[in-house]
Amino acid sequence: MSKQTMSLTLHIWRQPGPDRPGRLVPYKVTDVSPDMSFLEMLDVLNEGIIEGKIKDVGNYGPVVFDHDCREGICGMCSMVVNGEPHGPRRGTTTCQLHMRSFEDGDEIYIEPWRAKAFPIVKDLVVDRSAFDNIIAAGGFISVNTGSAPDANAIPIGKRDADEAFDYAACIGCGACVAACPNASAMLFVGAKVAHLVKMPQGQVERESRVINMVSTMDDAGFGACTNHGECSRSCPKEISLDAIMLLNREYMRATVKTRGK
Amino acid sequence: MQLNARIPSGPIAKKWDRHRFEMKLVNPANKRKFDVIVVGSGLAGASASATMAELGYNVRCFCFQDSPRRAHSIAAQGGINAAKNYQNDGDSVYRLFYDTVKGGDFRAREANVYRLAQISVNIIDQCAAQGVPFAREYGGVLDNRSFGGAQVSRTFYARGQTGQQLLLGAYQALERQIGLGNVKMHSRTEMLDVVVIDGHARGIITRNLVTGEIQSWTADAIVLATGGYGNTYYLSTNAKGCNVTASYRAYKRGAGFANPCFTQIHPTCIPVSGHYQSKLTLMSESLRNDGRVWVPKKKGDPRSPKDIPEDERDYYLERKYPSFGNLVPRDVAARSAKYVCDEGRGVNGPGSHAVFLDFADAVERLGANVVADRYGNLFDMYERISGDNPYKTPMKIFPAVHYTMGGLWVDYNLMSSIPGLHVIGEANFSDHGANRLGASALMQGLADGYFILPYTIGNYLATAKQPKITPEHAAMKAAEQAVRDRTAKLLSLDGKRTVDSFHRELGLIMWDYCGISRNRAGLEKALQLIPELRERFWREASVPGSGEELNPWLEKAGRVADFLEFGEIMCHDALQREESCGGHFREEYQTPGGEAQRDDENYCYGAVWEYQGVGTTPTLHKEHYQFEYVKLATRNYK
Ligand SMILES: Cc1cc2nc3c(=O)[nH]c(=O)nc-3n(C[C@H](O)[C@H](O)[C@H](O)COP(=O)(O)OP(=O)(O)OC[C@H]3O[C@@H](n4cnc5c(N)ncnc54)[C@H](O)[C@@H]3O)c2cc1C
Ligand code: SF4
Ligand code: FES
Repeated sequence: MSKQTMSLTLHIWRQPGPDRPGRLVPYKVTDVSPDMSFLEMLDVLNEGIIEGKIKDVGNYGPVVFDHDCREGICGMCSMVVNGEPHGPRRGTTTCQLHMRSFEDGDEIYIEPWRAKAFPIVKDLVVDRSAFDNIIAAGGFISVNTGSAPDANAIPIGKRDADEAFDYAACIGCGACVAACPNASAMLFVGAKVAHLVKMPQGQVERESRVINMVSTMDDAGFGACTNHGECSRSCPKEISLDAIMLLNREYMRATVKTRGK
Repeated sequence: MQLNARIPSGPIAKKWDRHRFEMKLVNPANKRKFDVIVVGSGLAGASASATMAELGYNVRCFCFQDSPRRAHSIAAQGGINAAKNYQNDGDSVYRLFYDTVKGGDFRAREANVYRLAQISVNIIDQCAAQGVPFAREYGGVLDNRSFGGAQVSRTFYARGQTGQQLLLGAYQALERQIGLGNVKMHSRTEMLDVVVIDGHARGIITRNLVTGEIQSWTADAIVLATGGYGNTYYLSTNAKGCNVTASYRAYKRGAGFANPCFTQIHPTCIPVSGHYQSKLTLMSESLRNDGRVWVPKKKGDPRSPKDIPEDERDYYLERKYPSFGNLVPRDVAARSAKYVCDEGRGVNGPGSHAVFLDFADAVERLGANVVADRYGNLFDMYERISGDNPYKTPMKIFPAVHYTMGGLWVDYNLMSSIPGLHVIGEANFSDHGANRLGASALMQGLADGYFILPYTIGNYLATAKQPKITPEHAAMKAAEQAVRDRTAKLLSLDGKRTVDSFHRELGLIMWDYCGISRNRAGLEKALQLIPELRERFWREASVPGSGEELNPWLEKAGRVADFLEFGEIMCHDALQREESCGGHFREEYQTPGGEAQRDDENYCYGAVWEYQGVGTTPTLHKEHYQFEYVKLATRNYK
């Protein structure tokens, strides 16, 4: 572990509310340890602002950002660091990014997710409830509590289970949307459709699920997919682009099967 | 305060069945007429909300995150226990019951624990049917592992992300009910008070975290599923937002708080790296299956681990506990790590708090590939945080606060001492006694939420017969005003110190005096320091921003103000319990060999505290535990 500390210049998007103008504001932070996480570095900035030790240009007060688990699993943290959702390290959420990925004297740009379907609430915080609405439209298997058969009654091959898991690992952070030039949510939706379609339990609602989820997605104002692949590159759980192929296939199949019904 | 545990009569294996038969049912056509409020959307809250909505109740669910899917349950790694005996290795409902009572050091209610073990098997069925991608064997059946030193393989898992997958299952069931209009979800909303009218819990007061609006909600029954209070210690493995506020406000309204000093300190976490540390990260306990724990024999040994020869290393767990070795229970492993570091043998520099967890033997015996297969994602996580590669150099670990066994007291129906107020998941005190076994919290949260509360709440609703009330009720309005006043008071704080700095200071007091081991002098000291700190908080803290916007500093200030009162209750509890049991180790009460010494004659009870005012010693009530089935015996891991 290196013990050299760093001085950095941060340029952070400050926006007091949804309908208020926003701008990038510069801050200087010193004594940043390489062992700090990115969010701990922001904690230090905020403490400095509150205690009056760091200059609060424009009097915006401390910076508001979303976070909770700080272990890369809850999907709450969400910021674009130097143009990349969750920052430079692949397969890593912002909370798991550490300052050893940066160097003394760096200028770091920190901005919120930007997408029509994710309106800004304040500073770096956005409203991602559109994702919940998509799940409510069909991202489940309808089985009331109590009506399940014995868990081993339906065998599932290890390969299928492992593949389903790879898609189910999505943390619903929205980085895929933030990375996409069209702000498309296809990777997120594809991941859930793929998880459930890989399981035998998911077959019964196969068609209605994908149709309802896609129509809710479209209504929420997410863009179309034009195959840039930025989503998967930014995804902290490295969800494969195959999810989108599978989603397209499932959607086609479902529209054909349900036509005229 | 009346503590009636309402344990059904009859043989233990028949109690739950009999109880379900004897409980009053709500006519299906009438369920629509009942409103239920659920605070919390973790495993307990999401499963309860979804199930009650399926049954036909009108449910309102609240959480402070931006989506119910982000509740702290999402972070659970290792697995969930169930007495399926799929491995044919001798497991049974009775064995899981026995292990849980014994693991909890005989400080839990037998009847509840037995029911939990019974229900465990239904949970796995339910989750599999929802599409939870549990680990499977090549033949397609479910895989199990042995966890936390259990002698049978009864832990079901989904890689190192079991909590995530179980919570997504419950979340999806909840979203389905939201889509159907049966549940109204209120995210980014914090509960700040419970309202009791004519002796029954009838409403809550909330603050909308985005707009700052303070609102009243009424219902026929209230459920708290608000998780544990490990963050009293500031540093813990819990998510940053975990708090005691909901439980503590209920306590201030008359709900008994049971065994608050029973906290679980997990032995394998990544050590503190600097003063800026904001949380601690758990490294799954499964690592102890193949990793060996050691420190140098010599104090302050400056050499790097690879330069310390075998005979100058102290594999202290293997030495002290030859039959369990590195797999001793959590409390024993945590205490041992503290002792070797107190002796000056910590491995992170002088006076440090860290021990080695070494995989060199495992890599040699199994090959790096097998080790990667078992622990790859954990090793990656460790590398991301510490910058060290555990395939090449031993991990450094140290115990951290992880789970709280204490919580609001509940009866067999999961109802607190306030009629109508139910408490489920980590927020209640019920099943884990003084020490929780690995992979049993997920089981308990889902047992409570899917299979117990949805039935027992029906019995309450069918018998309580309370009149409908509205948010305009005078008691609701008064509570709403009190929340407004307190918010204004917090916002008026314009001292020089951040709220976090007070939280850190409280955390250190709690860790030093009410942590891995406790003694009378230390606890008395803490009871003197905490009120002083609280007083300084209200004088010197600074809360920026306003109340009509998203203001995380205001939220935090409210939670820290509650921790500053609650920490005191934990210390009172630790002080009165003059014995060592489970996670509660009183230095005055140990065997000559340094092991915990329980006192069944005098302390075989749940300590239930009743609020008497801030800074006043609360009144102690006792629920005496009877052990009819598992004989009181000393835990022995030598
Ligand atoms: C890192 C880690 C790993 C773990 N691994 C395991 C494991 O492998 N196996 C195991 O069995 N257990 C494990 N546990 C323990 C287990 O995860 C928890 O005990 C369990 O998930 C708690 O679930 P819950 O539903 O009771 O509460 P939580 O999941 O904590 O949910 C609390 C809910 O309450 C809401 N809430 C809280 N306060 C308020 C308020 N005032 N107003 C509104 N909403 C509020 C929150 O928004 C949230 O929705 C682990 C714990 C940690 C920290
Ligand atoms: S697909 Fe990846 S980037 Fe998109 S929400 Fe899921 S985890 Fe985040
Ligand atoms: S804070 Fe939970 S994923 Fe980053």
